Amino acid sequence: MSGFFDIPSDLQNSYFGLIGLHLREALLPVLAGLVLALPLAQLCVRLRWLYPPVLWVTTVIYAIPSLAFFVVLIDYTGLSELTVMIPLTLYSLVVLVPAVVDAVRSVPQETLAAATAMGFGPVRRYVQVQLPIAVPAIIAGLRVATVSSISLVSVGSLIGNQGALGNLLGASMLYHRPELAVTSVVTTAVLAILVDALLVLVRVLLTPWMPRRTPTKPKAEQPDPAALALKDQAR
Amino acid sequence: MNVLNFVNAFFSDSAHWHGYDGIPTRLWEHIQYSLLALVIAAAIGLPVGLVTGHTGRGGNTLAFIATAARALPSFGLLVLLFVLIGLGMLPVMIPLVVLAVPPILVTTYEAVRSVDPSPVDAARGMGMPESRVLFQVELPEALPLILGGLRSAAIQIVSTATIAAYVSFGGLGRYIVDGLYQRDYEKVVGGAMLTALLALATLAVFWAVSRVAVSRGVRRSA
Repeated sequence: MSGFFDIPSDLQNSYFGLIGLHLREALLPVLAGLVLALPLAQLCVRLRWLYPPVLWVTTVIYAIPSLAFFVVLIDYTGLSELTVMIPLTLYSLVVLVPAVVDAVRSVPQETLAAATAMGFGPVRRYVQVQLPIAVPAIIAGLRVATVSSISLVSVGSLIGNQGALGNLLGASMLYHRPELAVTSVVTTAVLAILVDALLVLVRVLLTPWMPRRTPTKPKAEQPDPAALALKDQAR
Repeated sequence: MNVLNFVNAFFSDSAHWHGYDGIPTRLWEHIQYSLLALVIAAAIGLPVGLVTGHTGRGGNTLAFIATAARALPSFGLLVLLFVLIGLGMLPVMIPLVVLAVPPILVTTYEAVRSVDPSPVDAARGMGMPESRVLFQVELPEALPLILGGLRSAAIQIVSTATIAAYVSFGGLGRYIVDGLYQRDYEKVVGGAMLTALLALATLAVFWAVSRVAVSRGVRRSA
């Protein structure tokens, strides 16, 4: 049993150290992606012609394999965490931008008119009315982006031990200790599911006005962002 | 531009165009792995997605399965299966299929469910059996979205199939993995570039397929 958590010393980290590293390498990019996606989506909502080309660019970026992306970046950012985090940030945009755009667009016209009539300026209207209403869809996008980001970090181990929990995979092959690979895969999967559950909790806390349980149509209030993204690309 | 020099050097070296480690061979291997994985994933995802979408049941179960499958790291799964099962195609195919099933499954389900209910009702009213309602009414109308799901699955497979090289298989990942070990960045960047190009070509193929396969009436209304 101890073999599962007996981390080889060349990784220079404890089990929990690796978990911390993994979370940092996976979550910071999604956060950066959200910070980029919000203004970008607002631009796309304002200037309608901008939306299709932006979608195309994000889809094309998403088509670049993570390993290829890491390797090309090595030239500029070296064998560092940044090399792993930059591609993950850009990948998250393919889910987040359409999610935010659809969410902001779906705010009813009457609600916006009511806010304007109450004397809200455009900035305040965006922050206090549009964003809160868009929260469920944005969080749905964040869930997909975060889960895939967490599982992609492992690939970073191929470019010189930048894969956090993924580094255990290389060690498992090197030292012929399959239990290390089990630890890596199971921990990564559990992390992803826990963070996913945490995001659901955040949504519930951020949107206290929404019914906690909607047994009749659970899908309607919380559309799958991947499906939304595809819907837009199909147009 | 350093990277462009590498790319130029890689593609202009004639040694990279011949033999078992030549670009045509590796490209073909990569396409074979990707197609096989896509076919298996579609064989699992499409029928299940169509049936659950048609009946409208099991959406939550599907969402849960999709999240669980997305949570599994493909690269980790590959190494784990390789260590457990040993050398073979299975450790490569399972992670690729696990990667590709969620997008296919979820989009197919969503696509069939979001079909406009009035033509479906009309079809039932005309006396169509359920199977014909599904294949002649719901499927054509849901096709653009279903193709979209297949497309994102295919792109993910193409980019992830590079990891097959890590457990001694061929494909374009060979250049990346070998190049990293040989400190031959020319090779690494060349392999990366080829994979990205193949992924873009996949996008183009799906665009062409949707032009041909999607009925004109559906395209106009979309």
